[in-house]
Amino acid sequence: MIEITSLVKHFGPILAVDGVSFSVARGEVLGFLGPNGAGKSTTMKMVTGFLVPTSGTATVAGHDVTREPLAVKARIGYLPEGAPAYPDMTPEGFLNFVARVRGLSGSRRRARIDEVVSRVNLQGVMRQPIDTLSKGFKRRVGLAQAILHDPEVLIMDEPTDGLDPNQKHEVRNLINQMASTKAIILSTHILEEVEAVCTRAIIINRGKVVADGTPAQLKARHSSGRLDDVFRAITTGDTARSGKAGRP
Amino acid sequence: MTRFLPATLAVMRRELGGYFLTPVAYVFTIIFLLLAGVFTFQLGGFFEGGQADLRSFFTWHPWLYLFLVPAVSMRLWAEERKQGTIELLLTLPVPLSSAVVGKFLAAWLFTGLALALTAPMWITVNYLGSPDNGSIITAYLGSFLMAGGFLAIGSMISATTRNQVIAFVVSVVLCLGFLLAGFGAVLDFLSGWAPQPIVEAVAGFSFLTRFSNIAKGVIDARDVLFFLALIAVCLFATAVIIDTKKGG
Ligand SMILES: Nc1ncnc2c1ncn2[C@@H]1O[C@H](COP(=O)(O)OP(=O)(O)O)[C@@H](O)[C@H]1O
Ligand SMILES: [Mg+2]
Repeated sequence: MIEITSLVKHFGPILAVDGVSFSVARGEVLGFLGPNGAGKSTTMKMVTGFLVPTSGTATVAGHDVTREPLAVKARIGYLPEGAPAYPDMTPEGFLNFVARVRGLSGSRRRARIDEVVSRVNLQGVMRQPIDTLSKGFKRRVGLAQAILHDPEVLIMDEPTDGLDPNQKHEVRNLINQMASTKAIILSTHILEEVEAVCTRAIIINRGKVVADGTPAQLKARHSSGRLDDVFRAITTGDTARSGKAGRP
Repeated sequence: MTRFLPATLAVMRRELGGYFLTPVAYVFTIIFLLLAGVFTFQLGGFFEGGQADLRSFFTWHPWLYLFLVPAVSMRLWAEERKQGTIELLLTLPVPLSSAVVGKFLAAWLFTGLALALTAPMWITVNYLGSPDNGSIITAYLGSFLMAGGFLAIGSMISATTRNQVIAFVVSVVLCLGFLLAGFGAVLDFLSGWAPQPIVEAVAGFSFLTRFSNIAKGVIDARDVLFFLALIAVCLFATAVIIDTKKGG
């Protein structure tokens, strides 16, 4: 569903993404791991058509994002980092706007909004300005917006960042419910999340993919069998204690 | 192309609705009407003129717009950058041209609405005497066109920054340049050293000259085209700026 080939992104002298390639099929939930500044967000911004790659390609359902950006954008649901939303709008107004832009009209629009609102539990706050909502509710508004058109591809940048344990749990449940019918990429630096929701994980460091496998395969790369140890070993180059962990 | 119109309308609708979610719209409209009244009656010598027309009202519009229009346009793009919603907007299946045009049209309609609320003045003049209503309509159209020119300049400046105050100040300065371009003192200063064609070109950019023609009730296609072309060029520049400066 998602095919990424040798993506590169320069910001002036900074090489943020350095030849990243991977693919994600329907039914897969790909965890995108890496320390801060590794290039996770930049990669996602290129796949979603926000940033233009310096080189390389990203295709979604067979459509190249630089050549057919609108076809790609129509198929993706995207939750940018921090779940930005128009602060003066209410969730109701905001979701109606997104639905209109996505070409949903009339009864179909109302049905889809009702569906996602009950899915992420926004019922109580639909008429309240978004900037008065708690962090958890704001995140739900962002999630609702991303799944409004029931996209085949869902891309979420740190969807549980800054949420309390209960809210994290809710978001993970939601992802698990949708997992079988979509191709999902989510970035995180919380390793337990990978085990809770991901079928596969990629670790990137300084713009390069340094590991790619199922959570079980990744864990097996360190003698302790713990994901944090693998992560630390790979992303700090601490090979002395890392046992089998190394460059792929 | 089929997505252009619905997407533009959806963006315009959200933006226009946004003006009324905060007190900004009401404050702006009231200030606009107050200043229009003060300028017309106190400074313009509406009563002393002894004539039932709106000449003294329209004369002040360029100066009224100089400060009020940048206050409307400053948030167009700067706010999207500041809130991070630009990433959301530009990863929705909206052509960039739709986003630029939709936002501009919302700002233009909003300004047009404030302008329309000065109609009581027009009614009063008709009550007091028998003005040339044809030229008044022409002057209203010219004023609206000029507001569009100011707004398009403001949109372009707003696209360059995430800071509304900077957008406001730079827009005022640039718009002032367009106003002063027609002043005798400026042209005299220029003709001291610049070649004649440049002096004429600068004079041709003058909002004051263009507008005063239309405000007198004289519609010249060249003046109308000037404002329309200026709007088109500035909106195109807005799109180019957004496209090349999305990440930052
Ligand atoms: N707009 C930008 N301009 C310049 N550098 C950027 C920009 N966005 C990201 N970077 C740099 O690119 C690198 C990768 O950033 P990012 O993709 O946000 O990392 P992550 O999401 O993995 O934390 C960082 O070094 C960051 O400073
Ligand atoms: Mg990030």
